[in-house]
Amino acid sequence: MRQSDTLPEARSSGAAVVQRGFNWQRIVLYIILLLFAVYYLLPLYVMLVNSFKPLAEIRGGDMLALPGTWTTAPWASAWSTAQIGVQATGLKPYFINSILMVVPAVLISTVLGALNGYVLTKWRFRGHGVVFGLLLLSCFIPFQIVLIPMARMLGLLGLAGTTWGLVIVHVVYGLGFTTLFFRNYYEAFPTELVRAAQMDGAGFFRIFFRILLPSSGPIIVVSVIWQFTNIWNDFLFGASFADVDSVPMTVALNNLVSSSTGVKEYNVHFAGAVLAALPTLIVYVVSGRYFVRGLMAGAVKG
Amino acid sequence: MKTSHTAAGLVLALGMGAVATTALADDVEVLHWWTSGGEAAALDVLKQDLESQGVGWQDMPVAGGGGEAAMTTLRARVTAGNAPTAVQMLGFDITDWANEGVLGNLDEVAAADNWDDVVPTALQGFAKHEGHWISAPVNVHSTNWVWINKSALDAAGGNAPTTWDELVSVLDAMKANGITPLAHGGQPWQDATVFDAVVLSMGNDFYQKSMIDLDPDALAGEQMIEVFNRMAMLRGYVDENFSGRDWNLASAMVIEGKAGMQMMGDWAKGEFLKAGQKPGEDFVCIRFPGTQGSVTFNSDQFVMFGQGEGNNEAQLKMAAAIMNPVFQSAFNVVKGSVPARTDVSDADFDDCGKKGMKDLAAANSAGSLFGSMAHGHAAPAAIKNAVYDVVTQHFNGELGSEEAAEELANSIEALR
Amino acid sequence: MKETLQSWLPRLVLAPSFLLILFFVYGFILYTGYLSMSDSRMLPSYGFVGLDNYEKLWKLRHWTGSLKNLAVFGTLYIAICSVLGLLLAIFLDQKIRIEGMLRPIYLYPMALSFIVTGTAWKWFLDPGIGLEQTMHQWGWESFHFDWIKSRTHAIYTVVMAAVWQSSGFVMAMFLAGLRGVDPDIIRAAEIDGASRARIYWRIIIPMMRPVFLSAFVVLAHLAIKSYDLVVALTGGGPGKATELPATFMYSYTFTRNLMGIGASSAIIMLIMIFSIIVPYLYAELKTDRAS
Repeated sequence: MRQSDTLPEARSSGAAVVQRGFNWQRIVLYIILLLFAVYYLLPLYVMLVNSFKPLAEIRGGDMLALPGTWTTAPWASAWSTAQIGVQATGLKPYFINSILMVVPAVLISTVLGALNGYVLTKWRFRGHGVVFGLLLLSCFIPFQIVLIPMARMLGLLGLAGTTWGLVIVHVVYGLGFTTLFFRNYYEAFPTELVRAAQMDGAGFFRIFFRILLPSSGPIIVVSVIWQFTNIWNDFLFGASFADVDSVPMTVALNNLVSSSTGVKEYNVHFAGAVLAALPTLIVYVVSGRYFVRGLMAGAVKG
Repeated sequence: MKTSHTAAGLVLALGMGAVATTALADDVEVLHWWTSGGEAAALDVLKQDLESQGVGWQDMPVAGGGGEAAMTTLRARVTAGNAPTAVQMLGFDITDWANEGVLGNLDEVAAADNWDDVVPTALQGFAKHEGHWISAPVNVHSTNWVWINKSALDAAGGNAPTTWDELVSVLDAMKANGITPLAHGGQPWQDATVFDAVVLSMGNDFYQKSMIDLDPDALAGEQMIEVFNRMAMLRGYVDENFSGRDWNLASAMVIEGKAGMQMMGDWAKGEFLKAGQKPGEDFVCIRFPGTQGSVTFNSDQFVMFGQGEGNNEAQLKMAAAIMNPVFQSAFNVVKGSVPARTDVSDADFDDCGKKGMKDLAAANSAGSLFGSMAHGHAAPAAIKNAVYDVVTQHFNGELGSEEAAEELANSIEALR
Repeated sequence: MKETLQSWLPRLVLAPSFLLILFFVYGFILYTGYLSMSDSRMLPSYGFVGLDNYEKLWKLRHWTGSLKNLAVFGTLYIAICSVLGLLLAIFLDQKIRIEGMLRPIYLYPMALSFIVTGTAWKWFLDPGIGLEQTMHQWGWESFHFDWIKSRTHAIYTVVMAAVWQSSGFVMAMFLAGLRGVDPDIIRAAEIDGASRARIYWRIIIPMMRPVFLSAFVVLAHLAIKSYDLVVALTGGGPGKATELPATFMYSYTFTRNLMGIGASSAIIMLIMIFSIIVPYLYAELKTDRAS
């Protein structure tokens, strides 16, 4: 909490130490950092470069070379004309399915996580530790084991194959993480403020909305980024619980790239992959600085 | 189920009404894994056909692992009580689902179109369950093909090999000419595809005994050790970088002349045609040496999931449309496979396709048409994968030939 | 009346989440536990067979091999990610002008799914079309890099790709930790004449203890759950050289129709995960109470 009002950039702990460093050390430092940037960027580079090449050029080899002839046809194809199944629709129609699934799932799991974190730190009751422990442990189950029983439950609830069914699944298996984030964040929030408000007669929700929520910005960003990324990229649940009307992006992408006995158009695959990743990439780039800030403000503690 | 009530209550409490969508009575929802350009376009022919008959097509493709991902989806869907109406399926999966008693009966259309006489007997082993038709086969892939680069073959003597020894000498000649003799991708199913052909080259009886009857003596015997020895020899003709390579990249090596030949099912033909090559001129297709006259197959079929009381009209229409000779021809010309009925004209097929159809008919009448182990048509999934384990480990040098034969017999025995 | 409502409200708010988790996580774990002692094959079936599946499981070389692979993979992955994450965070914390540009570059791999990044990595590591060939084309003929094709080294390529994906995230965690260090402490140490390296080694890094712990938990669970990565990169090969428990479990449950054995491997995985997490959690909650 202490730091959440200052920008992280302003507070480099190393700053004080380094100011008098020699120049060559700085240069080495920059070189190392840039080399790592290359390491992280390489796969993206491979994908981008090859998505602009005609297929013949890819077959010819040298995946690192720039395209001899630039073409944007693979991108157009991946977006709107590539064969996803029988229909040559491209990835376009599945975008909306993913968004309809991701937005409510992220919102609900974040709201529940915030309320849980609030209760577990400011309204403790006997056994709160056990409850938190059980919630946290739930982050760690391998998802494959829940497929069959979950399918049965969705069937019984009448939600099989619906977007809402997917939303519930993602909320349930994201709750542990969001609760963890908010619990650790609110842990550092001065309890005296809550008690003082209570003295003034403020109720449970009033305190939450008036006192905790306004300063929860950074941790909301962490929770949203985490949930958004995981849910957007999920394939297993999407493939198992979706129906014709609710097929998410990843399943469509998988259909595009992993045909078993057909011709593989790698350029289209890479273009599709980048397209499918765009929303998460944008979220990361735009809110990256808040992400670190949010982590700093408490999430790393737990 | 007290707990489920709790869960239902919670869901309602969260304000989520159930908005289940169900296919209309005259629609079919089709779960399949044909998603790449050519095959999906071929399936579109079926879709158009059905739509012209007033049957809507709801597409539910799930690609990956030769149908493995789709089968996982299917299990979740069936468990949820939300089974798709029609599902693409292979070999023993059909039998397994039929045993669960959830598949619809197609006898009515089968009788009307006389499927009993036109569908090869070996296919009927999967398409019929306890005497009733339960699936409509779309195609027959045969897996014991060898695809050879024509100029590489010419440089290596020009004669397509017909026996194991001839094969070895052609491979040697190709090696001497400085190319990779055998293009291969080191993935379990590809290793097993070659293994199938090598087993078959030891004779029809041996294939029947070892791969289909799973006779322990055949599995651990001298002949099986010889099979593994031959696999080890073939391994010697494969380049260093084979492991994990996709099959189509191996085909590309043959197309470009970097490699001499590839042992792969008939779907590889599509890669050659797409690269503008002509059968007979740029590439040659032969049966794996020593397996002429025999065919190992896999067959994509569509099963209909029972919708309460019997099948609905749409499902029967779809089954009939699949078996329509015009569709069978149109689809298989594109897919590289051959029609699943023997009375379809071969006029639209290329030379390799014509040969495939002739071979299939001959093998069918001679009783030398066998389900492919590698593709789940010789034994159920657990056994197929046990074979994969051993073949792949041996091919990668983790097991010797004798060890491999013994391990094969043991692991299959443990599963029975 | 209002009093009682207020005192019950917190628990009421927590109840839906708690019940959902209790049922959909712990209930399902119990269910899987039962399946692991049943004769299930393609679909769940409820014939009780005792510990048969466990016996079969431990006899499979495939399973013991996958555990060994996990040991190698998990150790390297966690160690490299932590060290690299910490180093990058320290470097990035030196008033780097381009930090705003570098940070998202280090972080973005976490945003991508391995369905296709796996293909890019696979190409890159493939000696025939990737790095090795490129080096040859650039004139470095003796360059050799064929780990992904080697039974003994393929597991290290899985580590490389996995480190690529999550080390940036660990970096962010450490960076956040570093930014939380009180600058006065460092200034005081500087005045005492301590060298920069010494300040980091003796003062700052020990202060990162909680971050190491959270990083460990996050990485350990990612390691045990690693699935997409292996499937996309090596498919478990060459041979069985990169098979991990998660791929084993999926394969037995869903592609081999041996659900009983698959479930028993899932239970062993859960035991492994819980034996890592529970002590950590216990310690965490205990210090909580103490403070």
